Amino acid sequence: MSKYVLLRHRDIPDIKELKVYQDQGGFKAFKQAVTSLDPGQVTEIVKASGLRGRGGAGFPTGVKWSFMDQNSWPHYVVANADESEPGTFKDREIIEGNPLQFLEGVAIGSYAVGAQAAYIYLRGEFWQLAEFLDGKINELEKAGLLGENLFGTEYSLKIHTHLGAGAYICGEETALLESLEGKRGQPRLRPPFPPSYGLYGKPTVVNNVETFTNIPLILENGADWYRNLGTEDSAGVKVFSLSGRVKKPGNYELPFGSTYRELIFEHGGGIINDAQIKAIMPAGASSSILRASDEVLDTPLEYASIRKLGSDVGSGSVIVIDETISMDWVIKKTIDFFQHESCGKCTPCREGTYWMSHLTRQIHSGKKTEEQIQLLYDVATNIQGKCLCALGEFSVMGVLTSIDRFPQDFGREPKGSDQG
Amino acid sequence: MSEKITLTIDSQQVITEKGTKVVDAAKSAGIDISVFCYHPKLEPVGACRICLVEIGRTQRDRSTGELVLEADGTPQISFSGNLETACTVPVAEGMVIHTANEKVTKAREDILEFILTSHPLDCPVCDKGGECSLQEMTFEYGLGESRFPLDEKIHLGKHLPLGDLITLDQERCIQCGRCVRFQKEIAADPVLEFYHRGRKTDIVSYSNPPFDSYWSGNTTDLCPVGALTTRDFRFEARIWEMNASPSICSHCTVGCNITLNTRLDPKTGRSKIQRVMPRQNEWVNEIWICDKGRFAHNFTSSEERLTKPLARNPEGKLKPVTWQKAIKIASERLKSHPDGLVTLAGGRLANEDFYQLRTLTEGLSGKLILDSSLAGGDLTARVGLGQGSNIKDLGSGTAILVIACDLEEEAPLWWLRVRAAAERGATLIVANPRETKLEKSAEYILRYEYGEETQTVLDLLEKESEASRVFKEAENGIVLFGSEGMNFGSSQVLAQACANLLIKTNHVGKTNNGLMAVWPEVNTQGAWDMGFKPDENLPEALKGAETLIIAGADPVGDGIIPDLKGKFLLVQELFLTKTAAQADLVLPVLAVTEKSGTFTSGERRVQLFEMALPASGECLADHEIAAKLGQALGIEMIQGSAEQVLEEIIKHQPGYASLSLAALGEVPEQQPFVAKEALSYTGTVFRNTSGVGVQLPSAAENGKMPLEKFTLPRKSFDDGMLAVPVTHLYDQGIMVRTSEILGPRLIKNQLILNPIDAEKEGLSAGIRVEISLGERTYEAAVDIDQKVPVGVILIPRSMGIPLDGPENAVLKAVK
Repeated sequence: MSKYVLLRHRDIPDIKELKVYQDQGGFKAFKQAVTSLDPGQVTEIVKASGLRGRGGAGFPTGVKWSFMDQNSWPHYVVANADESEPGTFKDREIIEGNPLQFLEGVAIGSYAVGAQAAYIYLRGEFWQLAEFLDGKINELEKAGLLGENLFGTEYSLKIHTHLGAGAYICGEETALLESLEGKRGQPRLRPPFPPSYGLYGKPTVVNNVETFTNIPLILENGADWYRNLGTEDSAGVKVFSLSGRVKKPGNYELPFGSTYRELIFEHGGGIINDAQIKAIMPAGASSSILRASDEVLDTPLEYASIRKLGSDVGSGSVIVIDETISMDWVIKKTIDFFQHESCGKCTPCREGTYWMSHLTRQIHSGKKTEEQIQLLYDVATNIQGKCLCALGEFSVMGVLTSIDRFPQDFGREPKGSDQG
Repeated sequence: MSEKITLTIDSQQVITEKGTKVVDAAKSAGIDISVFCYHPKLEPVGACRICLVEIGRTQRDRSTGELVLEADGTPQISFSGNLETACTVPVAEGMVIHTANEKVTKAREDILEFILTSHPLDCPVCDKGGECSLQEMTFEYGLGESRFPLDEKIHLGKHLPLGDLITLDQERCIQCGRCVRFQKEIAADPVLEFYHRGRKTDIVSYSNPPFDSYWSGNTTDLCPVGALTTRDFRFEARIWEMNASPSICSHCTVGCNITLNTRLDPKTGRSKIQRVMPRQNEWVNEIWICDKGRFAHNFTSSEERLTKPLARNPEGKLKPVTWQKAIKIASERLKSHPDGLVTLAGGRLANEDFYQLRTLTEGLSGKLILDSSLAGGDLTARVGLGQGSNIKDLGSGTAILVIACDLEEEAPLWWLRVRAAAERGATLIVANPRETKLEKSAEYILRYEYGEETQTVLDLLEKESEASRVFKEAENGIVLFGSEGMNFGSSQVLAQACANLLIKTNHVGKTNNGLMAVWPEVNTQGAWDMGFKPDENLPEALKGAETLIIAGADPVGDGIIPDLKGKFLLVQELFLTKTAAQADLVLPVLAVTEKSGTFTSGERRVQLFEMALPASGECLADHEIAAKLGQALGIEMIQGSAEQVLEEIIKHQPGYASLSLAALGEVPEQQPFVAKEALSYTGTVFRNTSGVGVQLPSAAENGKMPLEKFTLPRKSFDDGMLAVPVTHLYDQGIMVRTSEILGPRLIKNQLILNPIDAEKEGLSAGIRVEISLGERTYEAAVDIDQKVPVGVILIPRSMGIPLDGPENAVLKAVK
């Protein structure tokens, strides 16, 4: 029995091999679902488990599945393996180490929403993973675990992989769908949302790799088992990608309700050179940056509590910043990234990130006048709430929270409160 | 009728149809919401964000489904806190929308500031200046000072040719994507796309040649800034220096409404056309025109124009004479030889010209002939499109048969509108011996051999097929027929078969039903209506004449007759054509841009055009010349303006009695709203203030139509290679050839073969061949295209091989 739910390859060697995976009970859940459960029952179990999307937004997975428009067919399932958020590297490890559990999750999800085709959209740099997954899919088809008339039923399923071409924006689900359709990867208007108008205009579920990988064990062990792993607000476990100024960066699977202190100091071995921790970016470059106060470090890691602190669990890419780093450098780095990755479709993001990149570079190079800081703050505020998709909205989070919570890094008087 | 929705926009109650976007609902109530990327003719994308507004919605109790009410009984309105794009949100009952409160105004200023960070400050030299959405909006909402340092502005490509006709300025582009969407959604030529991303996003064309579309000019009207400009207008004039005259495009039978922007040319001291712009007519061309209509206007100011009457002197040379002398020569001749007059006229004359020429000719007991190889103008008058028809209204429930024509090449706007009807759900049946672009939108493609066109229509009526069933059962049925591969005789029979198909399937005498001919010229229908008709044997008719008046036709140049020697020949022309060069008397006429009058389109819509330019030289209108001759000959006919002649037409011409000058000038309300004040909403298309014209009723609207009786003609050609004339939009005619910028796109001196035939004949692309048509031989280059049927040689019209209808031909490589 593994101590992990998702990273089971860490204590079950060769779980990526079909025989080993099946010895561990693999594909029993999928078979059971297809042969003895209605699709609706599967969705109900996932709903009851309290599983929330692991891609960042944290939307309840079962609820999303139940939104699929039943008057429009065919249905599609898409696994988002674009993993592009700076500081996120969990999906890659899951696919490399525990691919069959992920594929089984995709298969169960497909059955639950009546999809007979599922697509795994991987970022272009993951071409080796795509080849690896293709091999696994091939193996599963030969073993009768994917393909036509599964387990003697009328249900058939094909899983395809598709590589992106190098754009952060394609992790946004509607841009991903456009890219998958062979078009320019730019976000669509929402609504309509993918469960009513998704791939090729058909109802589509888009979930993150980690989300799907949870599914087989939820079916195997029951919704209550999963629920009991986490907290009331946030069920189950989460893989946190820890990076930045820590001694042992890496992926850590922790139950919700653990704290940043446990993650950073117990699992991550503390700060490099035992320096003072200064800030946490809980969700990669898209984060509202938190001051690493005792309150923050000891708050249970769950969606609601982190939101209350003024940030988000997001995809769980925790970047740690210590006292040796000035926040003006941090925002220069993140804004350069967003400016580079802005797709250009909507004005505030296209022009605003370009403008902010000028300002953050100047500020970082020493032009820290109050006018410059205030202008940067204004520009960021003017972007906020006006963008077509979340990328633009996320781009200003780090800027606004850095200036608000670390005023002294920008030549301003500290405010004295905990978050600034 | 669709469901009505009541909502409140800026405290004003607005009632609109369900599904309407907030921006359009506001516009209908006279409230302007600024837009850049939105355009009412294009799918919304919500990209530019300038139209952000605050939207409040009614609330319903989740358990009861009842509206949640305030204490005073009015519905509770909830605002989400986020602004929303007015261009993408459909209206809903009870919505409360703020388009100008502090939050919305601030957001608009913010977006504008963002756009201006990258936009160059080159308004003083930008051709869009004065009609630029961004400029107007900056005046209205701009902050007045820039917080973005000028020297940090991004620099991108300026004056890049996006194609032969359109120039791109990447710095000015605000990435609204209207051009990209127009090419995809309306023109169905998806030759533009975005390239790169973020601030470097630019517009590119990957087609070969670049921006390969007959519709490219429209993107410059849609462009809300000066990023896209037409090459022939670039740096030529400022908007405010030009006059605007309503006109009708004279290049094809559609009759697109245009505005001619003219200006006094400081170099020549003469007025000239600076640019041709679309003028809104939602019944005809909506807000679009094709590139031929836009760019082929230089003929009116061509140096080659005739400007003085010419008479043949005793040495046999054409020499200038006065009008007085010219009229005297003509009238003396007609007095001394009163018999054997034939008047041949082409379809580019106005109704007033035809009417006066007819009065003159009939006064001399002469014969009227129309220079056209397409028959059926009598039938379109009987069973033509019913009054009130609009292709824009057609969709599901309509069946459209298009036969024997290449619609985009021959009547581009009809192609655009028929394709759009198919997109909306109309069933399109395309019948042609070769593949045409319209087929991409067709539900049924009927392929036949040249000579089998009428049988194809008969089969549709008599044989069971899916296409036949759909056409018979359709609520509305329309047939468009052309003359591809036919001469006058065979097209007459085709027209009759088409008329019968419509009569038998009950598709005549009512709105959105009936017959349309794809006429070769702008006013061929008007010519028929005024009593001109093609002659079954034109060469014989011309040979038999004693005296010939030829107006707007060139039978010698067209190869119909080698020469017209031995007769008195009077030619009314714009240019010294091959026919005019043989004339005894050549009388210079006004171009359409220099006179006023009416044209009757292929949809039988009579439309007014006005004079935009002063007369070239001593030119007179064709109808004025006819009246002068009439006066000299003592024939009773109206002596006066085009308007007075039109009044005569209305009084005396059957079918035209429903017209009045007032009705022709009426402008009903049109959607979408077009005006100078609505630049950002609809672009630079001109508002129609001088009339959308009047569609004539077809005779079938007043009673049943008898079926046409005809016999199938015998095939007039044998099994050898068949040369077939085809129409290309960019032909070599003088009206197009004189265009300053269309040159590289004009059809070359070539004939087109299927690769199988080319191999059989041992020919490859580019090789020069001699083609023998009976006793005539010509030389041309070979082009190869597998869309050409085997055994057929396509001969583009106007490029030097005169061919009236299909004819057997022999090819031989030139050594």
